[in-house]
Amino acid sequence: MVERTPLFDAICQAILLIGLIVALLPFAIVIIAATHDIRAVNIVPMPLMPGHDLMANLHEAWVRADLGNKLFNSILFATSVAAGKVILSAMAAFSIVYFRFPGRSLLFWAIFITLMLPLEVRIVPTYAVAANALAPFQAILNVTGITWLIQTVSGLQLSLQWGLLNSYPGLVLPLVATATGTFLYRQFFLTIPDELAEAAKMDGSGPVRFFFDMLLPLSRPNMIALFTIMFVWAWNQYLWPLLVTTDPKFGIAVTQLKLLIPSEFGLPDWNVAMAGTLIIMAPPLVVVILMQRWFVRGLISTEK
Amino acid sequence: MASIGIRSVRKAYQKNAVVHGVDLDIASGEFIVILGPSGCGKSTLLRMIAGLEEISAGEISIDGVVVNNLEPRERGCAMVFQNYALYPHMSVADNIGYALRVAGVPKDERRRRVEATAKIVALESFLDRRPMALSGGQRQRVAMARAIVREPKVFLFDEPLSNLDAKLRVAMRAEIRRLHRRLGATSIFVTHDQVEAMTLGDRLVVMNAGRVEQVGAPAEVYNRPASRFVAGFVGSPAMNLMEGTIDRHGVFVYDEERRVAVPDAVESRLVGHKVTLGVRAEAARLVEAGTSGSLPATVDFVEELGAGRVVHTDLDGLSFAVAVTEPVALVPGTAVGIAIDPADIHLFSSETGLRIDAAPAGAQVEPPLVP
Repeated sequence: MVERTPLFDAICQAILLIGLIVALLPFAIVIIAATHDIRAVNIVPMPLMPGHDLMANLHEAWVRADLGNKLFNSILFATSVAAGKVILSAMAAFSIVYFRFPGRSLLFWAIFITLMLPLEVRIVPTYAVAANALAPFQAILNVTGITWLIQTVSGLQLSLQWGLLNSYPGLVLPLVATATGTFLYRQFFLTIPDELAEAAKMDGSGPVRFFFDMLLPLSRPNMIALFTIMFVWAWNQYLWPLLVTTDPKFGIAVTQLKLLIPSEFGLPDWNVAMAGTLIIMAPPLVVVILMQRWFVRGLISTEK
Repeated sequence: MASIGIRSVRKAYQKNAVVHGVDLDIASGEFIVILGPSGCGKSTLLRMIAGLEEISAGEISIDGVVVNNLEPRERGCAMVFQNYALYPHMSVADNIGYALRVAGVPKDERRRRVEATAKIVALESFLDRRPMALSGGQRQRVAMARAIVREPKVFLFDEPLSNLDAKLRVAMRAEIRRLHRRLGATSIFVTHDQVEAMTLGDRLVVMNAGRVEQVGAPAEVYNRPASRFVAGFVGSPAMNLMEGTIDRHGVFVYDEERRVAVPDAVESRLVGHKVTLGVRAEAARLVEAGTSGSLPATVDFVEELGAGRVVHTDLDGLSFAVAVTEPVALVPGTAVGIAIDPADIHLFSSETGLRIDAAPAGAQVEPPLVP
């Protein structure tokens, strides 16, 4: 329904404006606080006019939290997770939609059900697997008696070991599987007319060619939307990076924020904490702004 | 160019049979039209030839090679789809050249062949456009060009004209016919539109409920329909069909006051049988009400077609169409008579639905027409 009365328009504008203010106010306070020195930021109420110490605060936060290294880790981590999710979910959805094999729908529902098992729920087993990625295989070998057989025959104790703790693969791999992404792709692939696949088949294209020549170009808006969401999601990950990287060399920026927040008896330098926050929220903001045009189109679904 | 052999081909989805044993021989270079109502299995048959559907039983061979287990690309068929199935993200040139790219044809040759093909279908100036920026008729031509460029042994058309408006459909029909004459490739064209079928095909294959009802040249199918179904399906307006019995005197009796004399050659065999009598609208004549030997009827409405008109009449509940060429001024409700010449009568058995002829059954099978 489209209403076109001036009063109604005005009410809509007002509501939108209120929403915008509510959304932006905390953001504004972070920016303002980051510009003050330690004295001004602790005045109650805090002055709402910006101060002059932004650069100094940014520099202080950068040095104190070792943000150069940590931001690099974060960008590497978030980009790999997002890219991994895009690739893996495209492939998973491709196999579910375009191939008829036994257990196909079972597999789809199994993937779908993992939506109900976020990382936080399965963090302990995931950690165990990350500590030794081959542990599940070792368990299979143990249960089937192959370990025993090898030991009896050759006297060798079979012990598979591939630790992922404190490494980039350990940070990235456990987060790469995604039911959301698979579902998004599946729904998109289902909107592609069957005739397109059949025409490609008649033209002599095999399934792999069809994937690269047809599905990938057609799903580009989808891919970009998924990448954007997943980049921001991965950027904001806290628990997993904290758990899996004890070596500061592999730490990421978001967990590093903890270092900037004043402790109970420390110096209440909230200006530095806010400056650090500003730096750390910049990269996802840039990604969203750059991808925004595509991103919206991808979520609105397909062009006809 | 290739001949196609279809031997008792069946298709069933789980327990659901949709094609019940089709036998058909298609000569090299022939233009075959498969005609039938929706759901009769005609598209399924076409898709089995293309290799897009598995063949449940029977055998399809192209040029003598059984293709049952060959991939679509190994069969040498090209297909034009009903909704064209153009690749939306590729330019017209890329759409046409995709099959060549897959086949690994070098770029220069590809370019040359795409341009040559575009010329055939008059698309030279649209090669850089996307399918989205084309009209329906142009998209249709891209779909055709995509088939032509591969120089296939067999062209398959799956109702390619049904998404076009009436005028464009006529134009494209002529274009397809011209194209076939020029390329000479064996073509199979599936449609539910009997005008399309009559005008395009060297031979028609009329299908109903998964079975072939009749195979023959368009004129033959029209003039000697092999079954009640074909009689009612081919021709516009549809053939008038009346259920009745043949009485002791060899006269077809519909009801008390409506009797039609049947040709002498068949009457003796049919005395006492239930039969369906068919008369084309253009074979029946309107006469004064009460004329002896005519069927009494009342005018229902008159359909004005410009070149002629169809008078729809009512025979106590049975509608009966009569085509007339000269202008008539008939108000609905007028009593008229319908005169039928015994020579224009088609008789079908009410039990089997098959045509009853003076000649013994089976004589109407003619050798395939090869142009």
